[in-house]
Amino acid sequence: MADTIFTAKDLTKTYTSGEVQVLALQGVDLEVWAGEVVVLLGPSGSGKSTLLNIMGGLDHATSGRLIFRDLELTGLDDQGLTAYRRRHVGFVFQFYNLIPSLTAKENVALVTEISERPMPPEEALALVGLEARMDHFPAQLSGGEQQRVAIARAIAKQPEVLLCDEPTGALDSKTGIRVIEALLTINRQLGTTTLIITHNASIQDVADRVLFFADGRISRVQKNETRRAAAELIW
Amino acid sequence: MRVLDLKLFRDVKRLWAQALAIALVIAGGVATLVLAVGSFRSLDETRNAYYERYRFADVFASVRRAPNTLLDRIAEIPGVAAVDARIAKLALLDIPNFREPATGQFISLPDIAKPTLNQLYMRVGRTPEPSRADEVVVSESFAKAHGFAPGSRFSAILNGRKRQLVIVGIALSPEFIYAVGPGDIMPDDRRFGIVWMSEKALASAYDLEGAFSSVNLKLLRDASEREVIQRLDALLERYGGRAAHGRKEQTSHAWLDHELDMLNNMSRTLPPIFLLVAAFLVNLTLSRLVALEREQIGLLKAVGYGQWTIAAHYIKFVIIIAVIGIAIGSAAGTWLGMSVTGLFGDFFHFPFLVFTHSPDVYLAAAVLSLLAAIVGAIRALWDVVRLPPAVAMQPPAPPRFRRVLPAAFAIDRVLSQPSVMMLRNIARHPIRAGFTTLGMALATAILVVSLFTNDTMEQLIDVTYFLADRQDATVSFIEKSPREVVMQVARLPGVLAVEPYREVPVRIRNGSIERRVTISARPRDADLNRIIDVDLHPVVLPDAGLAISAMLAQILGVHVGDFVEVDLLEGQRRTVSLSVTALVEDYFGIKGMMDPETLARLMREAPAVTSVNVSLDQNRADRFYDAIKKMPTVSGLALQRASLANFRETVALLITTMASIYTGLAAIIAFGVVYNSARISLSERARELASLRVLGFTRAEVLRILLLELALLTLIAQPPGWAMGYGLAWIMKTNLAGELMRVRLVVEHSTYVLASAIVITAAVLSALVVRRRVDRLDLVAVLKTRD
Repeated sequence: MADTIFTAKDLTKTYTSGEVQVLALQGVDLEVWAGEVVVLLGPSGSGKSTLLNIMGGLDHATSGRLIFRDLELTGLDDQGLTAYRRRHVGFVFQFYNLIPSLTAKENVALVTEISERPMPPEEALALVGLEARMDHFPAQLSGGEQQRVAIARAIAKQPEVLLCDEPTGALDSKTGIRVIEALLTINRQLGTTTLIITHNASIQDVADRVLFFADGRISRVQKNETRRAAAELIW
Repeated sequence: MRVLDLKLFRDVKRLWAQALAIALVIAGGVATLVLAVGSFRSLDETRNAYYERYRFADVFASVRRAPNTLLDRIAEIPGVAAVDARIAKLALLDIPNFREPATGQFISLPDIAKPTLNQLYMRVGRTPEPSRADEVVVSESFAKAHGFAPGSRFSAILNGRKRQLVIVGIALSPEFIYAVGPGDIMPDDRRFGIVWMSEKALASAYDLEGAFSSVNLKLLRDASEREVIQRLDALLERYGGRAAHGRKEQTSHAWLDHELDMLNNMSRTLPPIFLLVAAFLVNLTLSRLVALEREQIGLLKAVGYGQWTIAAHYIKFVIIIAVIGIAIGSAAGTWLGMSVTGLFGDFFHFPFLVFTHSPDVYLAAAVLSLLAAIVGAIRALWDVVRLPPAVAMQPPAPPRFRRVLPAAFAIDRVLSQPSVMMLRNIARHPIRAGFTTLGMALATAILVVSLFTNDTMEQLIDVTYFLADRQDATVSFIEKSPREVVMQVARLPGVLAVEPYREVPVRIRNGSIERRVTISARPRDADLNRIIDVDLHPVVLPDAGLAISAMLAQILGVHVGDFVEVDLLEGQRRTVSLSVTALVEDYFGIKGMMDPETLARLMREAPAVTSVNVSLDQNRADRFYDAIKKMPTVSGLALQRASLANFRETVALLITTMASIYTGLAAIIAFGVVYNSARISLSERARELASLRVLGFTRAEVLRILLLELALLTLIAQPPGWAMGYGLAWIMKTNLAGELMRVRLVVEHSTYVLASAIVITAAVLSALVVRRRVDRLDLVAVLKTRD
């Protein structure tokens, strides 16, 4: 049995957005094991992104506990969370969030410069098949390429956890498959625990486990005995 | 942090137009301070060096005739370091091809060695040979005005005898930086010049061998000027001495001091206002610019950058912009400062210029600008850096818009949809809209305060030359003359009307405060030379007592009804006590005014005149001038028209030059503010506007939504801008008031219109620049990215 990397107990989150109060998480209990690929599925507003943001230290929970290995994230202040993100977590966002004024390589270097044991930016870009386009600016790259730069940026510091919020959401199927392929390669080669949020049900086949979200709760957990390769996906 | 620095560099490059616009606002503020303080200090330093190197005297006195043997006793007065005695006389000049009579201030030069005090700076040529009675040195400005060079000739009426003179040298003197002729209020280089002659020649012309008529003293550092003057007066009294005075009452020094004071006051009033306005605007702009970086800040936090690192990154960003601005401002300010120093140096006829560098000024300007920029960045960062990265990376939650007015008013339904959007946007961000309006109002205000000096000067000219001193010419006499000379002048060709004028030099005192002024008297029904008060009404003087300038009353601390002690410095030289019966708000100098009969009684003499004001038939002016040139008792002729022209060329030029420079800098600041407001609004609303384009709005419609707000805020800003401008102008006017000249605060409507026109032009130009950006809005990107 692999190590537990995340333990969440009765996690809740309430947002105030404009004049509206939103109960984004209403008591989530979860364990994630090292090296796992977990897919989070569910309609918009079901709490997937909120959970991922809290697990990544991007946001605070309103109540409940979240433990990363021995570290209680729910007890950390802003500085503690920054240090946690810097050491342990890589992010991939739906809209890439690259810095437009930096080239692909420099966007990766942005992270390697502040990491403890990074791989060279060139190597990270090679892992996602972009060694030939390192010196291009985001505006000169296609959506899929930009997303792969974002993945290279996320994994270049060799994080233990890779959190991806709809990484293929803005991409066509062919490009999307290449992105998923890149994520699985990283998981296989580096053993990075990977959590992927998606609206695309077909992606669930590449996961070890699938968590179904509804109304701020995990409504169902599905365990896949075998994982499909990305190339076999159809959507 | 190599990559972050790279990002910094590229961000500055990407935002160059905006960065430059902000930098220019900073530069405007910095340049104003550096220019104003720099030029003032350089001119002040130049004057000090000039005075010191050419030994400008500290105390000045004139006598009718005193023997040279008296000089030893003068030198023995405690506190006197050096004594310089000479002959000084006014004489009419007759210059070839120059129809108007001119006046020469003749001054003797020792026949051996240089004068001990008030030494000459020889521009060209040499000093006169003692054996040559016709050789003279003339002042440079006088020589220039007539195109004189060594070898040029003119004639003078010395002691009633006409003499041919030849110029052998041209010189400058610290004593005559400002050379103002008798009866004049302004220097006129064509009609008044300084003529230096050999002592022997001048003494024989005026029968003053072995005697002097003017003495100057240099004092020891710790000497009491007042005591020395008292002792000197006592020594000179029996030789017909007129009261001695210090530098403060020496015409040239007093005027120069006044001009430098005005420069200094301008440098203390306008630049701090400019710098503060610039700092405020930069603060505002940078804070909005940094707020736009919200998502990137969120991302940097997400990937593990600490908030201090991120804050440092953006602070570096604003520091770069500020430093660019400070560099441009310092360079431009230094250059402008040196140009202004050069210009005024020429104007004052300084033989050389001393440029001082004032590190403190640069430092103060830099520190204030940097602080403003950094505080602006921190204000924005404070809000953004505290957000959890997950929130920061999202666009801000939709702001809480609401109806501008209750639904019942239904104003929303009357207005077009874009107007509704604009109004709600302003209502949603009242503070931001308020600050933007304030920024533009300040831009208008600094333009008003830069421009108003012209109005004030024109008003001063109107009152002085067209309401008060309406004579065409003033004939001054060497000595006080009996009333009969008035009729004599009236009979001269071309004279239409005459009015006598009498001036008596006095010392006026209240307690320990005293001033050396003149008391003037003119006929009760004077129509040429009138006294005009601040409400522009002619003043009729009371029969008894003394009317004084309101400024003099303020200096002495007296009110109507109070008594002042007056030393009459002519005739029997009595000291009398007079009651102040009226205050006159005048513009030039500080003086006393009296009824002529009352003054005559006070002087215990028959009514006399020192000058005659004349109204002339301009067609016969030449014959009038010829006649004047033949009158040996006349010391000078002042011409109003020439005086006005000179006023425009001198004082007005000085003030308007500075005002023009300030106006230019204010315009740059105004443009920077308006451009940045428009540009940042565009960035803040780019997504919204692009969405409208996607929905089928035309470019023009989208542009209208954006610019309507800018236009509305620009217009709203104008009235408070005028009000603030008026307030700043008032402060400036108050600071500019001095003993020699005061102005009345006048801001013409045209000035407000011009100030607003400049700001509105800046707004239109900004709109054109922004329009190009709206044309290039990336519609596809909006559809692809989240919202």
